[in-house]
Amino acid sequence: MKRTLRLASLALVAVTALALLASAGSSVAWAQKSTADGIAEYRAMLQDGNPAELFEARGEGLWQKKRGPKNESLQKCDLGKGAGVVKGAFVELPRYFADTQRVQDLESRLLTCMETLQGFSAAEIAATPFGQKEQVSLEGLVAWISSESRGMKFNLPQSHAAEKTMYEVGKRMFFTRGGTHDFSCASCHGSDDKRIRLQELPNLTRQPGAANGFGAWPAYRLSSGELWGMQRRLNDCYRQQRFPYPGFASDVTIALGVYMGVNGKGGESIAPALKR
Amino acid sequence: MVQDVADKMKKTNLTVLCAVRASTVIGAVLMVPGCSGLASAPELDKIAAQTLSASFRDQGVAKVDRLVQDDANRECSAADTAGKPIDAQIGQRIEAASLKSVKAPSDGKFLGDWKAGEAIAQNGRGLTWSDAAGSANGGNCYNCHRISNAEVSYGTIGPSLYNYGKIRGVSNPESAASKAIVDYTWGKLWNARAYNACSGMPRFGHSQILGEKQLKDLMALLLDPASPVNQ
Repeated sequence: MKRTLRLASLALVAVTALALLASAGSSVAWAQKSTADGIAEYRAMLQDGNPAELFEARGEGLWQKKRGPKNESLQKCDLGKGAGVVKGAFVELPRYFADTQRVQDLESRLLTCMETLQGFSAAEIAATPFGQKEQVSLEGLVAWISSESRGMKFNLPQSHAAEKTMYEVGKRMFFTRGGTHDFSCASCHGSDDKRIRLQELPNLTRQPGAANGFGAWPAYRLSSGELWGMQRRLNDCYRQQRFPYPGFASDVTIALGVYMGVNGKGGESIAPALKR
Repeated sequence: MVQDVADKMKKTNLTVLCAVRASTVIGAVLMVPGCSGLASAPELDKIAAQTLSASFRDQGVAKVDRLVQDDANRECSAADTAGKPIDAQIGQRIEAASLKSVKAPSDGKFLGDWKAGEAIAQNGRGLTWSDAAGSANGGNCYNCHRISNAEVSYGTIGPSLYNYGKIRGVSNPESAASKAIVDYTWGKLWNARAYNACSGMPRFGHSQILGEKQLKDLMALLLDPASPVNQ
């Protein structure tokens, strides 16, 4: 009952915050205050009602609900800590899975479970644009699953050779310059204390930037009213880098997840966070 | 197409697996034909390259040929990955080739209109997969640089360009005394690697991001004594 009331008030809070954000963004006074300070203020204002909670509630329901061609739930899905174990799974992903013989992040692992348990086509969901059909289900699922590790510390495994390989591949991807503008991930996220316009940029090559940046996604984006998982975040990075389109759950995106997550070891997970 | 992506993924997967199994050779667990020894740095480079080509597809104006690196991008990426400055000789080679690529304005005039330049500096659009083909590109300048004093929303990835011409003593850009700095600035905008092999700045002229007229307008923004940059 209490939760229902809270959820009902969330939409209103989100709209208020967005209006505040829009007005603050156009004023000179805004420039005197760092973006991080501003975000911290919103977070404090919304601490009892991050709109991501709406997605978390939906995700918890989707986990339990019998769906798909096989009419099954996801309750037997192994996210790395055994079938059905959700708590603590998020802070250890991406990791190697013996059944698929692949290193997988949260989203690619969910595709595997949706295919094997529920009978959905993983390739079809991967090819579906963000914000449509089963991609919407993934938004809720990643919100809920990440929330179950809130406050825990990132501790991605690096014991399997495939995990080490993916870290090394991710590192190379991070520094790969290309596209029309010769940008790499490192152009924006390779050193401390940089800004793009007024937006502060985390240094993802080491702490504390790596955990602050990597650990903030999935996040609710005030500017668009959407819940973005890491896959969508990386996709938009590559768009702005003027690169071609990275496949959903492609190895490049997973390798980058390993690189950032391992660099962020020991940092606290606040996902799903609240973002501009 | 879905199948195509799946096939590509499978192929990369095998490559990763190959490296994985190869690295377990130490424990004499598995031998996979075609794989030998531990994954060395060059092997990892190869896996990374295969992963890259298997992971992207064309979308709008952003085609996969953008992943093909030229000499400078390949060398600078390798140095960045190693966390080392670029080898001095390779750096000199890149700078010499980049300087050679610079094309001076066809009519010999280097400066255009600073007001148009300010608009280009503000504009961050162009060449992403969500931009329409054929639309004029912006320069993205304020994303990384402080430029005019009035614009407080500027990035800090590149150095401040406020008072760019004034600091360099440019009171008349047409004068012989200003020629060296005018040439340098044009070269920097055309191909920043002419002066810094692994510069993080896009090669606006060389990569045809901005046209000659747009570059002249940016030159005016930086060097025209009447530009707000030099007030």
